[in-house]
Amino acid sequence: MSKLLIEGVSRTFAGVGGGQPVQALQPVDLAVAANDFITILGPSGCGKSTLLRIVAGLEAPSTGRVLLDGKAVARPGPDRGMVFQSYTLFPWLTVAQNIGFGLRERGMPERERSDIVASYVDLVGLNGFENHWPKQLSGGMQQRTAIARALANDPEILLLDEPFGALDNQTRGLMQELLLGIWERRKKTVLFVTHDIEEAIFMASRVIVMSARPGRIKSDVPVDLPHPRHYTLKTSPEFSTLKAQLTEDIRIEAMRTAQTQSA
Amino acid sequence: MLRPLYPVRPGTRTVLGVAFFVLFVAFWAWITLGGHVNRIFLADPLSMLKDGWRLLVEDRFWLDILITIWRVFGGFMLASVVAVPIGIAMGAWKPVEAFLEPFVSFARYLPASAFIPLLILWAGIGELEKLLVIFVGSVFQIILIIAVKVGSTRRDLVEAAYTLGATDNGIVKRVIMPANAPEIAETLRLVLGWAWTYVIVAELIGSSSGIGYMIINSQSRLATGQIIFGIIVIGLIGLLSDFAFKALNRWLYPWSLA
Repeated sequence: MSKLLIEGVSRTFAGVGGGQPVQALQPVDLAVAANDFITILGPSGCGKSTLLRIVAGLEAPSTGRVLLDGKAVARPGPDRGMVFQSYTLFPWLTVAQNIGFGLRERGMPERERSDIVASYVDLVGLNGFENHWPKQLSGGMQQRTAIARALANDPEILLLDEPFGALDNQTRGLMQELLLGIWERRKKTVLFVTHDIEEAIFMASRVIVMSARPGRIKSDVPVDLPHPRHYTLKTSPEFSTLKAQLTEDIRIEAMRTAQTQSA
Repeated sequence: MLRPLYPVRPGTRTVLGVAFFVLFVAFWAWITLGGHVNRIFLADPLSMLKDGWRLLVEDRFWLDILITIWRVFGGFMLASVVAVPIGIAMGAWKPVEAFLEPFVSFARYLPASAFIPLLILWAGIGELEKLLVIFVGSVFQIILIIAVKVGSTRRDLVEAAYTLGATDNGIVKRVIMPANAPEIAETLRLVLGWAWTYVIVAELIGSSSGIGYMIINSQSRLATGQIIFGIIVIGLIGLLSDFAFKALNRWLYPWSLA
């Protein structure tokens, strides 16, 4: 049985000021197997974030439904952890308190919490920063904390919406390795939205390519590169072949987006 | 050369800030001591200090100061205790906002000073009336400002909390309230400044104690030195409470500055 089932999910936004309603997402079907790492790749404005937010329960689909372990998703919940592109650490909580937020909401007592928090601080390499405020951290460290915060809740599925989009290139590369390393060791079902082709291939066991708005699934590309993956993989011939293929796919869609915007 | 938006050195900032006070007092001394204005209308700085000293030592003016401070803080606390929860509720729950916002917006423009005659009818000329003037002047302002601040809580933080399993109740208590706490404290600091204006107005009418009473009393005796001294005392207390409030906020919310 699939871990996550997306069935005919579409999203139409009401027209602004009596204008025509805008379809952001055409009906999408997608089945995600347990412990799969799936990246959703598409040009900006293709509705990939909308799709992820619908899975998270932060937005309601206009049609269709999302099933997690066979149960329909109605609203956001701790079974679907999310990491956002913007820095969403709670600024009034320290790194450790941020990571423990979900556990605390669940009513877990302080002592039990601190062991779990410590293990996740360790996992993302933030030892020594437990008592820092988010403002005192770099962007990369903030996103590491956000990943730890989502994982500490032990969600059924981890959703990431361009989590490294605001980071510089070097940091982004390191973060990709960090997240992939965690996934390789701990196994988790992951849905990762990005517009970066290299990132999409490097992280994924399966890349879902989306078309320009209104988005739909254009292709579904398995990535059979061996694990554990090392950053040198990005320069291998197999990687380059995949990259060339996806670049071509995305380029057409990006051009389509550019045309509809100029029209 | 003055370059737009270019920062000024801390030392220079202090010197410039003090310089204006010096210039101001110098100008005041020049027009009064130099005989450019009539003594009856404006006392010079020296006789102002002398009058002030006499007020404090002989007329027990410090009792008036204490009673005014008590009125400001009493009325202000009363207003805060009522307004902060209402403001948070309006910001957090849109039906509450829809219900109260039009009325509060209207009530905000009702001048507190115009209520004084009514409040005297209802509450007499005792302490309660003074507190109520400050209450009426502050409460609607606090409600409205806090409602707006709370209403603009970062949506992504709320969404993040939901995906971490927070309930609707948890969102209000552990996201909306802490996220806005520094802003709420800042709002209270601002409104406390306004409360000082209301208390003096309240004390000018139907009062027998307080800084405002001393001022109106001095007017009938043309004691401009005392009036100015009273005004300066209000300014100084305002400045002090402002500093204290700022320091308290910095201590309570280190994360918002870090």
